[in-house]
Amino acid sequence: MNVAALDQLWVYLSGNPLLSLLVTLLAFMVAVRLNRALGGTPLLHPVTLSIAILIGFLLLVDMDYATYFEGAQFIHFLLGPATVALAIPLYDHRERVRRLLGPLLLACVAGIVTAVASTIGLAMLFGVRHETLLSLAPRSVTSPIAMGIAEQIGGIPSLAAGLVLLTGSIGCALGPGIFRLLRITDPAVQGFTMGLSAHGFGTAHSFARLGAVAGAFSGLSMGLTGLLTAFLLPLITRLLGLN
Amino acid sequence: MPLIMGMSMLLACQMLGELVTRGLALSVPGPVIGMVILLAALMARGKVPSSLRVTGEGLLRYLTLLFVPAGVGLMVHGTLIGADLLPIVVTLVGSTAVTLAVTAWVLSRLQRRGRREGSEEGRA
Repeated sequence: MNVAALDQLWVYLSGNPLLSLLVTLLAFMVAVRLNRALGGTPLLHPVTLSIAILIGFLLLVDMDYATYFEGAQFIHFLLGPATVALAIPLYDHRERVRRLLGPLLLACVAGIVTAVASTIGLAMLFGVRHETLLSLAPRSVTSPIAMGIAEQIGGIPSLAAGLVLLTGSIGCALGPGIFRLLRITDPAVQGFTMGLSAHGFGTAHSFARLGAVAGAFSGLSMGLTGLLTAFLLPLITRLLGLN
Repeated sequence: MPLIMGMSMLLACQMLGELVTRGLALSVPGPVIGMVILLAALMARGKVPSSLRVTGEGLLRYLTLLFVPAGVGLMVHGTLIGADLLPIVVTLVGSTAVTLAVTAWVLSRLQRRGRREGSEEGRA
């Protein structure tokens, strides 16, 4: 009997999209189970947990991110149609959105100004380097928009994308506690806030934990925040004389 | 074939969105424009086709999973983030907390005021 050597099998597996695809799904399932076993704590969000598991796995088997992404891109690709699909819950709740349009726009501008001002303020206070500072500024918008903005104002696009992801996990971890503290129970307000502060992560979290109304408002605020930030941020950095 | 029809509608809107952003050189991602296009189409049609609903809601149910591959990309930025780790983490946690609080407070305040004015109009 001719058994292929183990290292040859590994060469086959690690060069094939199958492995990273399967590992991503398994890590996600483990993360969801683990999170449930821990009482659904927002501090260890399934997404954050899966990312940590997968980074650990890749470091362990010494696979680089580009190779991993060759397989995982099939999952990543679905983000596009899923973003488009956000129009469906938005349409379902159009009456409520229309009634709240004024407050929503005002809250959106207030949130963006707070996000940018507090980020730049804190980063300057702690003496973060200039390029990092400019990459931090657009951190609360969805990553493709943030990368474009960072480039425009003189930050590092790929670092901006990484910081956006960190912001997303932090937002999901902090959100529930802050809502409890401020006694905010309306799912529309919760969803809108999550979408503004934690972009797609917040929207995904809203759908998974807070229901369809929160998800709809979260998707709305994610899109709105992205659009408004793209216009406002270059103005704010110019006002502060940062670039 | 409801799944195929639904997926085709979503992909068609995404493609239109990409064409619009590329064509007009906008900094907004194509899928976001695609979402606006789909919303406009739904408004015009007046209802959500059941094939689209099945596909779209299926995708949205697993939205969290879809972020995982991009998130693993954090490992690439390990050294850049590591150089400024503490200030970055403190900045992110601090400003995210403030942003969450301010947005939620402003929106719930404005909403409550709107509701009160609405009920006063109702009484008058």
